[in-house]
Amino acid sequence: MKLAVIRFPGSNCDHDLLHALKFRLGYDVEYVWWGKKTLDGYDMAFLSGGFSFGDYLRAGAIATLTPVVAAVSEFAAKGKPVLGICNGFQILTEARLLPGALLHNSSMKFICDDVNVKVETANSPFTAKLPKGEVLSMPIAHMEGRYVANDDTIKKLEEEDRILLRYCNGDGVVDDGANPNGSINGIAGILSEKRNVAGLMPHPERACEKLLGGEDGIKFFQSIVSQLQA
Amino acid sequence: MKALVIIRLKDGILDPQGEAVRQAVRALDKAKVSNVRIGKIIEIEIDGADKTTAETSVRAMCDKLLANPVTEEYQIVDIS
Repeated sequence: MKLAVIRFPGSNCDHDLLHALKFRLGYDVEYVWWGKKTLDGYDMAFLSGGFSFGDYLRAGAIATLTPVVAAVSEFAAKGKPVLGICNGFQILTEARLLPGALLHNSSMKFICDDVNVKVETANSPFTAKLPKGEVLSMPIAHMEGRYVANDDTIKKLEEEDRILLRYCNGDGVVDDGANPNGSINGIAGILSEKRNVAGLMPHPERACEKLLGGEDGIKFFQSIVSQLQA
Repeated sequence: MKALVIIRLKDGILDPQGEAVRQAVRALDKAKVSNVRIGKIIEIEIDGADKTTAETSVRAMCDKLLANPVTEEYQIVDIS
């Protein structure tokens, strides 16, 4: 089983992600360059965080025109799992592989902080090994993390159980006080209609070393990959 | 040909940048500024195209990249 970590000019969490998946979890992982036209031979694709192509125009917009994002679309259409973290989530929404958009935080500030997120569904290849309601602590580091979508889309996401994670307090309570960026309904991560594409703003790859503040990211990645192996 | 495109956030989408500017201009001037919204202007120069062809390609650029239809709307204000 082989995992792909996709990198664009301006990606800056690619090393963290590869480190977490390879050295903390022991998986077979390779970097994949943005000019690559196919993801044949890989079982899962990760789009890492950063500022792809400088995030000019809108965060993640320019990256959607690369050959590798066309390859990610084909890969996703075959039902293969794709996970976008932070800028990766922004790219997936810009590429219309996930609904909605990520806009400037309501505070207009870049937020770099530890947050709690609650696992809202276990019905996904990403969270199947995590109990629903589990609270995970992970860092966020973003300027454009406010999830927005029209009312119909939000209703559909809620009804179809496609909210992956929501910002919450340490007791798992979702409220405005725990919402760092003004996302609708405290949404921190969502799933595609077929549930094989997911995006989240928090950084599980930065929560895989005790020395760096926590290991909850390991639980998240273990859940994903154990599903692939099953 | 030179095209001028304005991109705006759709009505109802919170614009925190506009809100910060609204508060600032209120401090600057006593006028009761009730709302400020910030968009983008994009100038595009196209070589060797007639107006109709240029407009078709600018529209395609807007639909595919320059504006995000989920949150924004665009207007081609001039092509000449």
